[in-house]
Amino acid sequence: MMSFVSYLVNGISLGSIYALIALGYTMVYGIAKMLNFAHGDIIMVGGFTVFTAMSTAWCPVWLSVVIGIVVCTVLGVVIEKVAYKPLRSAPPLAVLITAIGVSYLLQNLALLIFGSAAQNFTSIVAGMPPFLTVLDGQAPLFFATAPSGSKAILTISMETFLSIVVSLVIMIALTLFINKTKAGKAMLAVAEDKGAAQLMGINVNGTISLTFAIGSALAAAASVLMCSSYPQISPYTGSMPGIKAFVAAVFGGIGSIPGAMIGGVLLGVIEQLSKAYISSQLSDAIVFLVLIIVLVVRPTGILGKKINEKV
Amino acid sequence: MRKATKNNLVTCGITLGFFVIFGILSMTGVLGSQLSGLLIPIGIYIILAISLNLTVGVLGELSLGHAGFMCVGAYVGGIFSIITQDTINPSWLRMILALVIGGLAAAIFGLLIGIPVLRLRGDYLAIVTLGFGEIVKAIANNIYIAMDKNGLHFSFAASITDIDAATKTDVTAGPLGMKAPQDTNLILVVVVLMICLVALMTFIDSRTGRACMAIRDNYIAAQSVGINVTKYRLIAFVVSAAIAGVAGVLYSHSITSLVSKKFDYNLSILILVFVVLGGLGSLRGSVIATIILYALPEIFRELGDYRMLIYAIVLILMMIFNNAPSFIMLRERIGASAPVQKIKSIFVRKKNTAGGAE
Amino acid sequence: MAENIKVAENTVPMLEVKSLSIQFGGLHAVDGLNMKIRKGQLYGLIGPNGAGKTTVFNMLTGVYKPTSGVIMLDGENITGKPAIVINRAGIARTFQNIRLFKNMSVLDNVKAGLHNHTKYTAIEGVLRLPRYFKEEKRTTEKAMELLKVFELDGEAEHLAANLPYGKQRKLEIARALATDPKLLLLDEPAAGMNPNETAELMQTIHFVRDSFDMTILLIEHDMKLVSGICEELTVLNFGQELAQGETSAVLNDPKVITAYLGE
Repeated sequence: MMSFVSYLVNGISLGSIYALIALGYTMVYGIAKMLNFAHGDIIMVGGFTVFTAMSTAWCPVWLSVVIGIVVCTVLGVVIEKVAYKPLRSAPPLAVLITAIGVSYLLQNLALLIFGSAAQNFTSIVAGMPPFLTVLDGQAPLFFATAPSGSKAILTISMETFLSIVVSLVIMIALTLFINKTKAGKAMLAVAEDKGAAQLMGINVNGTISLTFAIGSALAAAASVLMCSSYPQISPYTGSMPGIKAFVAAVFGGIGSIPGAMIGGVLLGVIEQLSKAYISSQLSDAIVFLVLIIVLVVRPTGILGKKINEKV
Repeated sequence: MRKATKNNLVTCGITLGFFVIFGILSMTGVLGSQLSGLLIPIGIYIILAISLNLTVGVLGELSLGHAGFMCVGAYVGGIFSIITQDTINPSWLRMILALVIGGLAAAIFGLLIGIPVLRLRGDYLAIVTLGFGEIVKAIANNIYIAMDKNGLHFSFAASITDIDAATKTDVTAGPLGMKAPQDTNLILVVVVLMICLVALMTFIDSRTGRACMAIRDNYIAAQSVGINVTKYRLIAFVVSAAIAGVAGVLYSHSITSLVSKKFDYNLSILILVFVVLGGLGSLRGSVIATIILYALPEIFRELGDYRMLIYAIVLILMMIFNNAPSFIMLRERIGASAPVQKIKSIFVRKKNTAGGAE
Repeated sequence: MAENIKVAENTVPMLEVKSLSIQFGGLHAVDGLNMKIRKGQLYGLIGPNGAGKTTVFNMLTGVYKPTSGVIMLDGENITGKPAIVINRAGIARTFQNIRLFKNMSVLDNVKAGLHNHTKYTAIEGVLRLPRYFKEEKRTTEKAMELLKVFELDGEAEHLAANLPYGKQRKLEIARALATDPKLLLLDEPAAGMNPNETAELMQTIHFVRDSFDMTILLIEHDMKLVSGICEELTVLNFGQELAQGETSAVLNDPKVITAYLGE
């Protein structure tokens, strides 16, 4: 029972990270109607930035994280301006291939600078006690290290706890931002109809830049949480989580923000539970299988809108 | 002679000519052993690119799981050859059977995945095919087959233990993969490639190919003239899968050790890049793009780690130069043609006349 | 012409629509439409924007499934059948927003229309068996004949997307005729044409009716075209039938005038 709770909590934690990345995918898709294949590699860049900053002696953890977020935000906007903006009216496949090119570019840059071997990432909450420890037959301990020699039946690490809390806060803030602020509503409007939004006096280019900025900042946050929970980093760190977050976005209904959150969390839980109870080697295959089944039953994902072509 | 036929003949000539010239250069030793070693993979990648072009260029559906079908062919063909290594001789007969069986297996997978997912469109189909490729890769990574005097032993996700060690032969061992007999040679690759190329040309330049292109251009109008959209999407998808399977068989019999890791989505994407840069729907473009793009990074090996970086930058710049409206206008003003189109215009007929495939 | 109509009256109508309705959510897009079109007739379906005319076409051709009602084509019940079945039963159409196979040649557009009349299998095509050559030759000849009717034979090898607008509309009609229909549905064939092109189109429609022995139902806004070629009309307004009958009578009906011009 306790092990199930542990797997579930770990799943929700991993899923929250997926959700953060998926939000970037889904927002960019909604507004620019493109699959930003390079989004996963932004995570990698964020991870390496924080890694480099933290390994210099004078830089405290909080500043490293801030630097990571700033670098990713700027990178996201620059990529959009340089590579995607000129192709805004080009066929979707051309944009997709460009995004793949950007992804190759970021990976190979990282390869040149940091080499292909995975490096150990120091968790940003290293040295802190676990969030929760349950010892057999005793009251649960919060934020405390279990006495040596005792056997814990459930431990939830600080990293796991942090991932869930941070993701939750970011998601609430993002929802409020989109629904309550002028800039957020402008994003919704541009996603709905670019031409009409422009006629209403909305700065379409600015709004698209803002979307890429937010998406990249979320990716940076996700990278810190992910590299803290799974403390390694390499030039390929971002690609599989990126693909999975893309799956999560499609799973929830691409273009839908609550869909990305639900899709991300569900995906994380499915992955952790199948790792625990079915097979750790097949967990990725199971995730994709569930995706295929969901899409066959609901062709536009869980919360996606059905769009009929007008004849 | 019809224009389409003439174009097809030129494409066949270019393809065959390339392999004959470089084959001879390789045999006479003019071409270094490193470059000679590229000819077989180039042939295999051309088969993959032209088969993917059927799905993406002719049928108009984005598939990111082509490596999955190649993986099915590679494994099924490889397993067949290892099992029958002592019973079926000569080796060329065994290889032909392996090609047929591998292609059929990939076709069956294409059918099984195609029936449920082909009602999805666009990005949804793309992600599902990507998922399919990853599933196939994961399954191949977890299959264990071995032989001993008692026959075949099969296991999933765990290595085989109850086996007579003295007479044991591994067929495939999970993540360690398999060692299929080295039955692929350049002549076989070129023969298979030419058969696939001609078959795709005749497929596209026929009633069936027209139906697929009609669906690509406007599926509602295609339905309105009585074309069965589901049927033709499935046919094209299955044919494309089968040919990818055949390429997989050639591949598994051309390398000393086959591992499933090779067949990840990056491979699917690499093939897609060949197809898109060669020109959607243009078989000749796929052939030329594959030769150039596959050979370039290998030729510039001395650039070391920078070559993939340059490759990425070239890819981005080519897409922007070819597709961005501002660059298209600029090109028109100075009367230049796009870099890729420049290469293409030597071989490919003018844009404003149409026809099936080249 | 009057004699033609009398002869046709005794036989089964080409198209009979009985209380045809469709709802989208709570909206009654078409509500209880009745319509009868005789063989060889040129029939018009008119009405203000948003009246539900194209929706009727979409139900007749199987793009939408009607919520209730019956559609009989030449005595055969085709209600709610899929689009390809309906096309094989004998209805072909054009589209308001032109839907050509843009990246195919003009000739191949018509050959795609001849799809179900080109009798060889995929395998015969790939292996280039004799039937492929025989059928391809026949199909190409048939397609060229159709293109000649619409004076498009000179552009047979051009890409459909590169045709001027008026010719694209003509190509769509040629493609629809290639399926060998009994009933041809034209959705605003004169949209975007200048008066000269419209006059030419009227001649073409007449010619198609006479030489192909075709029954034609068309949606149109251009009143000159409607009064010039349609023998009978149905007027739709807010999804319901407002008037029906001979063209001149309907167009002079005060209800119709009000619907078009307002009170």
